[in-house]
Amino acid sequence: MALSREHELHTRRRGRNLGLGLVLLAFVALVFGLTIAKVQGGGQLQGFDHTYQPELDPATRVERPAP
Amino acid sequence: MTDTRADLAGQPGTGDAGFGDYVQLLKPRVMSLVVFTALVGLLVAPVRLHPIESLAAIIFIALGAGASGALNMWWDADIDAVMRRTAKRPVPAGAIQPGEALGLGMGLSGISVVMLALATILLAAALLAFTIFFYAVVYTMWLKRATPQNIVIGGAAGAFPPMIGWVAATGSISLESVLMFALIFMWTPPHFWALALFMNDDYSKARVPMLTVTHGRKVTRAHILAYTVALVPVALGVAFTSIGGPVYLAVSLVLNALFLRGAWRIWRRPDSVAGADKYMVEKSFFALSLAWLFLHFAAILFEATPLASWLAGALGWGF
Repeated sequence: MALSREHELHTRRRGRNLGLGLVLLAFVALVFGLTIAKVQGGGQLQGFDHTYQPELDPATRVERPAP
Repeated sequence: MTDTRADLAGQPGTGDAGFGDYVQLLKPRVMSLVVFTALVGLLVAPVRLHPIESLAAIIFIALGAGASGALNMWWDADIDAVMRRTAKRPVPAGAIQPGEALGLGMGLSGISVVMLALATILLAAALLAFTIFFYAVVYTMWLKRATPQNIVIGGAAGAFPPMIGWVAATGSISLESVLMFALIFMWTPPHFWALALFMNDDYSKARVPMLTVTHGRKVTRAHILAYTVALVPVALGVAFTSIGGPVYLAVSLVLNALFLRGAWRIWRRPDSVAGADKYMVEKSFFALSLAWLFLHFAAILFEATPLASWLAGALGWGF
């Protein structure tokens, strides 16, 4: 059997690597899109950002009467 | 190194899989059914998710289904190799090593459940985790080789996706989602038993105790009819809930009349006649069962459109 520069094995591996690369890219894009959607949705994010801030949490915030 | 064995590449059993082999490991045909039914469950729910959240939910539900498919292929590699229908699957064909299938199945299970929880809610993710467990452990490991009721109970795994879609959107399990579950759950036994009637040799060789193997074809034919009769009220009952309507009822009446006729014909046939015409009736019943499920869910989806609401109003539909 004559040796060829590119064996079928390499073509198959390139296809596998390309496929996996595209899947990972799609996953990153999906997580990015999800993040945008969640932020746009206006969920309670700030009250729990890094450090819990009771004054920003609607469940514990005390409304002050208007002057 | 595998590179030095280039003489083996491209042949079955080399363990050097292509991307397509990994896709096959996730059972893409089953996945397409999961995607469709989960999408219907999500779209007909009375609460709307952000389109990206909906897309993510469907992708991760499908990924969970794929993960359970990979786990199933890992565990069942020995019997898949014996059965003609499954012998070319990547693990029995030698393209993918069993350990790889297990690793991929476990990894994708974790990713799909965690990501579904992050994209939607914890209850939907918990249901997905239970579905994967039910298919991979309860059905594949416990029931499939132990009892002829394997596909009756195991059918629950395939019935969960529309419920997960509904729960992802609404946050709760309601009557409508239970009915969509029941629709697939009750449909599964006649669907698979029809397949078993014309694939019986496969199951006998693999020693899988399908009803055809343990109780014979005559009993299986009677079971197909009995389960089809039990399926009809479930299918028609959906019409009178918030996800049904007049169009669904009309579609369901026609499909169930055809399905009952097919089950009746299967029941009436002796096996000698079926063997002589190469199981024509059983094969056409199997094909009809696929259309039955697809069209029922398509009708449910149609009932969620403004056109269906207008039609229901025009007809004075009061349910």
